[in-house]
Amino acid sequence: MKKFISLFYALVLFAGFTTVAKAADPIRIPVLNWSSQIVMANVMKQAFEELGYDVELVPAESATRYEAVRVGELHVAHETWQSTMAKPFYEAMDKGGLIDAGSHAAPTLEDMGVPQWVIDENLCPGLPSWEALKSPECQANFATPDSDGKGRWLEGPYEWHTDVMPNRLKGLGLDDQWMVKFAGSADALWAELAAAKKEGRGTVIFNWTPNFTDAEGFVFIEFPPFYQGCRIEDGGSVETTGCGSPIGWLKKAAHIKFPITHTSAYKFYTKMEFTSGNIGEMANYVDNGGMTHAEAATAYIANNRDQIDLFMN
Amino acid sequence: MDRNYLEIVKNSKPAQFGLLIFIFLILYFLIPQSENNYLWRLPSLLKGIPLAINNVIFNALYEWFPLKVWDPVFEMYEEKAAFREFTKAVSQGLLFLITVVRELLLGGDKIIDVFVNDAWLKENDWLSWPALPWTATTVGAFLLGYQLNGIRLGLLGGIGALYISIFGNYVPSIQTLSFVLITTPICFVLGLSFGIWGYLDKKVETALQPVLNVMQTMPQFAYLVPIIALFGLGDHAGSIATIIIATPPMIRNTILGLKRISPEVVEAGLMSGCTKPQLLFQVLIPAARRDILNGVNTVIMQCLAMVVIASFVGAKGLGLNLKIALNSLKIGKAAEAGLCIVIIAVILDRFTKAWADKQKNYFENLSFIQRYKFLIIFAFSIVIFSIVAFISNGYFDKINYLYVIPIEKGLTIAHFIDAGVDWVWETFFYSLNSFNKFLLTQVLGPMKQAYLGMPVIATFTLAMGAAFIVGNIRTALIVGGMLLFIALSEYWDRALITMYMGSFAVIMASLNGIILGSIFGRTERGGRILLSFCDFFETFPSFVYLIPVIFLFNITDTSVLIAAIVYATVPATRYTVWGLKSVPLSLHEAGTMSGVSAFQRWTNIEIPIAFPTVMLGVNQTVVFSLQMVILGALIGTEDLGQIIFGALSRTKDGAGVALTLGIFVSLIAICVDVIVRNWAEDRKKALGLA
Repeated sequence: MKKFISLFYALVLFAGFTTVAKAADPIRIPVLNWSSQIVMANVMKQAFEELGYDVELVPAESATRYEAVRVGELHVAHETWQSTMAKPFYEAMDKGGLIDAGSHAAPTLEDMGVPQWVIDENLCPGLPSWEALKSPECQANFATPDSDGKGRWLEGPYEWHTDVMPNRLKGLGLDDQWMVKFAGSADALWAELAAAKKEGRGTVIFNWTPNFTDAEGFVFIEFPPFYQGCRIEDGGSVETTGCGSPIGWLKKAAHIKFPITHTSAYKFYTKMEFTSGNIGEMANYVDNGGMTHAEAATAYIANNRDQIDLFMN
Repeated sequence: MDRNYLEIVKNSKPAQFGLLIFIFLILYFLIPQSENNYLWRLPSLLKGIPLAINNVIFNALYEWFPLKVWDPVFEMYEEKAAFREFTKAVSQGLLFLITVVRELLLGGDKIIDVFVNDAWLKENDWLSWPALPWTATTVGAFLLGYQLNGIRLGLLGGIGALYISIFGNYVPSIQTLSFVLITTPICFVLGLSFGIWGYLDKKVETALQPVLNVMQTMPQFAYLVPIIALFGLGDHAGSIATIIIATPPMIRNTILGLKRISPEVVEAGLMSGCTKPQLLFQVLIPAARRDILNGVNTVIMQCLAMVVIASFVGAKGLGLNLKIALNSLKIGKAAEAGLCIVIIAVILDRFTKAWADKQKNYFENLSFIQRYKFLIIFAFSIVIFSIVAFISNGYFDKINYLYVIPIEKGLTIAHFIDAGVDWVWETFFYSLNSFNKFLLTQVLGPMKQAYLGMPVIATFTLAMGAAFIVGNIRTALIVGGMLLFIALSEYWDRALITMYMGSFAVIMASLNGIILGSIFGRTERGGRILLSFCDFFETFPSFVYLIPVIFLFNITDTSVLIAAIVYATVPATRYTVWGLKSVPLSLHEAGTMSGVSAFQRWTNIEIPIAFPTVMLGVNQTVVFSLQMVILGALIGTEDLGQIIFGALSRTKDGAGVALTLGIFVSLIAICVDVIVRNWAEDRKKALGLA
């Protein structure tokens, strides 16, 4: 037992020495839990390796990774969605250490919507216009056991946009007919989508595009148009807060030292601008093509060699 | 007459409880609900605590004790806090250890990279440690099992490893295993050290108790944010998260084991002239070997139970694969990864138990070859299988199946599991749906309102009163103090919701456990099968059924509660089986002679005698239920868990909020623990079992 303990201490000491001696850092890229993000991480990995860097993929959590980028635990956060991640992104920037490395070409939309089959089966005539939600027949098709007879909107986790959706219902004068329930995670949203389809029940959920749900068809509700300052938290009033979501950005974050420590990788990273089509292609290899994430990345690079070369030079 | 009533209340506990509930109800209905009434809700005087905790963490990390550190990137001196440099060194050391074990088993060039020049390594890409072929690992698992406890254990190890390999989960399983192989020894060393310290010094032991209680009952998600702040992301962070929850049982077992040693053993040691260290390492610890190794066993189980949660802070392996599969609703695939976790857990559990039971034979006189024959066979098999795998490189054109079977090429039962889930949905959905409606509108909704409508004074009266009746004034004050801490925060209403969900889950899980345990635990065989089911559900990651319950019960409290009840039934069942086993045979015979029916035997003999043990199970059920209710935030809840999860994205004060709320949850668990434990002790005394 004593021997074992001293061996253990020796190993720890050894570990301490060796890691201090090593200065060259591999580039650390976060891996989250949805396909397009993981494939993009692998595309970057393969491209950076081509440029001669060591790369390490690190499992991470979508919100906490900004703090990790800020302190240099991660070098990049390559899929930053405006409506769900802008807050931790800018909070980390406020504290210092995280920089904005530009946006992808893909415009993003994150809003309430219904799956295509809800429209096909005419569960709420008049959709996608939001006015359709006023009809009591429509509302009844979206009620759940705990919604008290009201129709239910399934929002993402509360911390994503706090009171925006409940306020929107109030602003549109729909709050006697509809209520907002907050799901706990993106996983729960997809489970609800699958469950509602099985049951043939109507469902209004928070979703975004580009996303894997695009393949089966997803229709966003058309709300009154967004303008700067329409929401209550941006200085708007109850009358104007019924506005929809803006067309959003998909940003790339980097650690402040990344441009100096890995120069050509950083250059690639700032030039890297994927379109919605690109992102869809990446997800498709895995979700429908049955490839692993690494294989999908190889296939993507092979198929889009010109684009990758453009980012590299 | 008056005096008579007083006498009754003084002597009969049921009467005391009756009186308590009566007072509770009066308070409940008389206190007006208004925000300015301190009897209804206390003011949130302790609002500042989360931010204060947060400031302490961040000052420690970035402000206090600054060191001048040369930054080669910006070519200047940077001020860095000493504490952060310390945590960084710890992380790097841990990560290195995990990488060493991982590369020894899976191959790679990271260890070699430490010793040689980068550029040189890149030119010589042949220079890489080879992976251990899965065939050799399987043989190794078989041999180890065989040596520990004969052919049956050998087969368990061999078949387990074979299953994992040919189903394509070899790489993530070994990643997970390497994580366990490093985390367990650390917990072991820490646990043993603190355990010995606690054994030697009574004050330390007393001081350790509350800390261990909090560590064991705190929801794991509560300390993920502080861990990321302190240690960053990666396998090491997962390892540290695991150490927090897995070390306490090791400490407890060490103290327990050392205390159980009879004084004669210590005296014999002293008489042979042992020095203090000799006494400790050569007498006491070997004498407490069994308890200590039971502690190791618990540590390993905790490590495996944490695999998925560890992947939230960067641990690779089965947990990560499970999380990714679940996100795209590939339930079958997630379940397969979960199954591998269970297999590893079962193998390690049986192996360590066999090791604990194996007595060291001090008198055997074996030659080198006899002693190490298994090791030698294993070494040979590594060489042979590596050669076979190397030669067959030419035979397979792309993937060498004799080396590692990749996940997409392995066998799979995912389709069957998915089909099973579909079948359950098609068969039960509509009946369950109306049940769900009834439950939500008639039971859960009113119950939630009842909890939220409880004036704070009534809650305190009930909790402290119960503590006073089963214990004494001190117990009541402890319970009151802990609750006061929560009541003075701004999260009391959310804590009430957590309590409502927790109590519903505890009641249902305990009933399930007691009934299941009583039905199947009567026969030796039934009990054994039931206990294996318990092992399964304890290590099978609850995440796997957390999301599919949504199919059946929608995003409602029912889903959360079903998942919590499934998980929390485990300890209640287990302790009921143990409790019933402990009923002496003579009592059964006495019962038979007095002509009791089977049901009377159960209600009048078995349950009362087993009651104290069953209550210990209920205690565990409370912890398990609360853990799952908090995890239920992944489905969607409005309790403390929602804020704890939300804190993951709050860079500004997330660490403080999560920790504070985590402590709240643990205080709730400890309050119940104090009351239930005292009650069980009381019953034990009454039964003459103490």
